[in-house]
Amino acid sequence: MKRVAVIVFPGSNCDADALAAARDVGSDAYFVWHRDTTLRQADVVVLPGGFSYGDYLRSGAIARFSPVMTAVAEHARAGGSVLGICNGFQILCEAGLLPGGLMRNARLRFLSRPAWVRVEQPDTPFTCLYERDEVLELPIAHGDGRYVVDARTAAELGDGAGGVALRARQPERLDQRYRRRDQRRPQCGGDHAAPGAP
Amino acid sequence: MSAFRVEVRIMPRAALLDPQGQAVEHALQALGFGDVAQVRMGKHLVLQVTAATRDEALARARAMCDRLLANPVTEDYDVVVDGAAAR
Repeated sequence: MKRVAVIVFPGSNCDADALAAARDVGSDAYFVWHRDTTLRQADVVVLPGGFSYGDYLRSGAIARFSPVMTAVAEHARAGGSVLGICNGFQILCEAGLLPGGLMRNARLRFLSRPAWVRVEQPDTPFTCLYERDEVLELPIAHGDGRYVVDARTAAELGDGAGGVALRARQPERLDQRYRRRDQRRPQCGGDHAAPGAP
Repeated sequence: MSAFRVEVRIMPRAALLDPQGQAVEHALQALGFGDVAQVRMGKHLVLQVTAATRDEALARARAMCDRLLANPVTEDYDVVVDGAAAR
């Protein structure tokens, strides 16, 4: 049975979901508090979504210095599996375990809706039950979801490059439907004005 | 040792879209400030740094920016020590 460590930061709010999902697929999943320094022989580490440290300064900027992140980095560098969901992905970027960074959404909205992704790498532990090029519908909810990388990294992550498990793909008809719905919303606040969690 | 007042200004990289700055610009224009353009929005931090010299305070502040305060992928920064621009 795989041991799955779900890291809990101050402000994590999708940690219980991540734990339940990991247990649903038959793993021995448990929480690890961000001040802990050991992952307790984890096979897989999950950094869940939420708002770690209030997302002060930048999303993930302070959480990346939590004591547990030293063990997460060692686990990753030893070839262990790490899944960063939303705020967890931002923490991995800030920690330098993933390239790039996340900036405020481009179109002044907190986005909370379905998104579509194409499976590019079915040979990872997280995507192995999918077919290559299969399109998945996943829920998203974020205010800082604009992924930015330098030119060299962009070339490395371009279409067909190996390092991307799931790539955003917007079926035109569906995307327009949601774009119209987004546009009907009153524009009375910033991206963080809307409820929901990344 | 002296206590130096250090100001750090962090801005989104010039080449990157700044939707907050754009939103403020549009709001200003809607209020009749048609003479405004190129609004960009960043962060301004004020720190007190204890160091032997101004150069040391500057070096420490830059190290803080590189380590935590700014993200080199998305942001640029400059540092002012006791009122003198230093980068």
